[in-house]
Amino acid sequence: MMTLFPQHTVSPAQVPGLPHRAGLGLKNEHFIEVLETLPDIGFFEVHAENYMVDGGPFHHYLGLIREQYPLSLHGVGLSIGGEGPLNREHLARLATLIERYQPQSFSEHLAWSSHGPVFLNDLLPLAYDAATLDRVCAHIDQVQSTLKRPMLLENPSTYLQFQHSTLDETDFISAIIRRTGCGLLLDVNNVYVSCINHQRDPLSYIDALPLSAVGEIHLAGFAEDTDSLGDRLLIDDHGAPIDNAVWQLYEQVLTRTGPVATLIERDNQVPAFRVLHAEAQQADGYLSQVNV
Amino acid sequence: MSHHAAFTNALLAPDQPCPGVLFSSNGADPASRFAVYRNNVHSSLISALSTAYPVTLQLVGDEFFRAMAGLFVQTCPPTSPLINEYGSAFAAFIQDFEPAASVPYLADVARFERLRVRAYHAADSQPLDQQAILQALQGQTDLGKLSLRLHPSLATLNSSYAVVAVWAAHQTEGAVATLNPRHAQSALVLRQGLAVKVFAIDRGSVAFIDSLNQGIQLEMAVEKALQASAEFDLHQCLTLLIGHDAITHLHSEQKVLP
Repeated sequence: MMTLFPQHTVSPAQVPGLPHRAGLGLKNEHFIEVLETLPDIGFFEVHAENYMVDGGPFHHYLGLIREQYPLSLHGVGLSIGGEGPLNREHLARLATLIERYQPQSFSEHLAWSSHGPVFLNDLLPLAYDAATLDRVCAHIDQVQSTLKRPMLLENPSTYLQFQHSTLDETDFISAIIRRTGCGLLLDVNNVYVSCINHQRDPLSYIDALPLSAVGEIHLAGFAEDTDSLGDRLLIDDHGAPIDNAVWQLYEQVLTRTGPVATLIERDNQVPAFRVLHAEAQQADGYLSQVNV
Repeated sequence: MSHHAAFTNALLAPDQPCPGVLFSSNGADPASRFAVYRNNVHSSLISALSTAYPVTLQLVGDEFFRAMAGLFVQTCPPTSPLINEYGSAFAAFIQDFEPAASVPYLADVARFERLRVRAYHAADSQPLDQQAILQALQGQTDLGKLSLRLHPSLATLNSSYAVVAVWAAHQTEGAVATLNPRHAQSALVLRQGLAVKVFAIDRGSVAFIDSLNQGIQLEMAVEKALQASAEFDLHQCLTLLIGHDAITHLHSEQKVLP
């Protein structure tokens, strides 16, 4: 009888970084379907704060899904741009989650969401000046040294600008990456939303960023409103399918960056899993074109 | 005042003007764009409350609930990035919210729904094997000195209204009409495995469970239960707890299980 040599294959869940595939935001309404069908998805991403609970179904299902898939941990509550010091308790909770789930990636936002004792549950805009740059860089240094790993910083979607900003958003982001060594989570929908809202050209915005630092891409849908002049005002609401203009911009980004892990985000009006899976397959299609 | 302080104040109070340091690149009135941030803050927090308090919402309707939750958001904005925990003070707010006075049991239903959310996310703790508990109880020479530790999800509520019945009536479509909410009821909430379960229990059982949760030994816990209700039935209450995997540790003065 023939003996097979033991095969030392690495399980897809244990790869060192996020694969250059499309991933999906993991919604609790899809836990069971994901576990029962094990769909061919490159990775899953979760909002860290949803899993800062003691026990119960969230940890139960994430633990099982983590055994099968690479994981991206995406924070929405650290308030990296806040005027005050970072919330150490929150940072400690992040460290605990990272220790538990060993995610391939951790990311947070270029924004603030807490002031004093109040948490506002939104990603609020920053003035781009030297003092803010120093503060954000110090906070990112603190995050990276506490978590003992580099983080990815996500570019924001914004609706207004500050009169005392002295730097372009792209210069501000480039300086942070240069000074802290963090990576860039390039949210292509945020680029499109902000550029329409501030009358900029999305491609020249992208070309002004250090694209070699891109560690992940986000794609999402937006809502549309108008401002007091009746001009288009796009709102990053994660509640709609990805717009054609954003798909086109994504394709152009990929020709510049090469294949990058790409997340489809949907946090509101969450549709059936197969609808999100179809968007992931569409992104995988673009990714395989640049792979060739 | 710092920029973020001014921004925060203007976000929370709808009648405040938007901070003066902002502009729109197309020259549009900044207030028309600041409204997006204000709406994001309010609608995301109101949605979080709607998700955590679904029956409270059904009892007053969507429009009333959103208006009430909106005022709560302005008065008690979150103080933690853990939105799962947001709304701990919501029931107390509802209690004092005069426009809701015509639904006198609304605050207790909200209290009950908060216990369900807490039970869902409570720490995991391995229950004792049901047979092992029964054997330990039967073989015990000094039963009264026994301490029981209960699952971290367990919580109780005494209400002057039929809070469990009101909640249960809203879990299925239709037929709510015959329910009389105006009789006292006590509730037990727990998580068995992954499922949150609720039970209507008597005040004696509430006193018993609360005593055990405070680490009080069995004999004294029974005494407190009987003080709360002469009809307290120890056997029935223990059967309920054992049958739903609610006992995680048994301690006598000599030995500890597990």
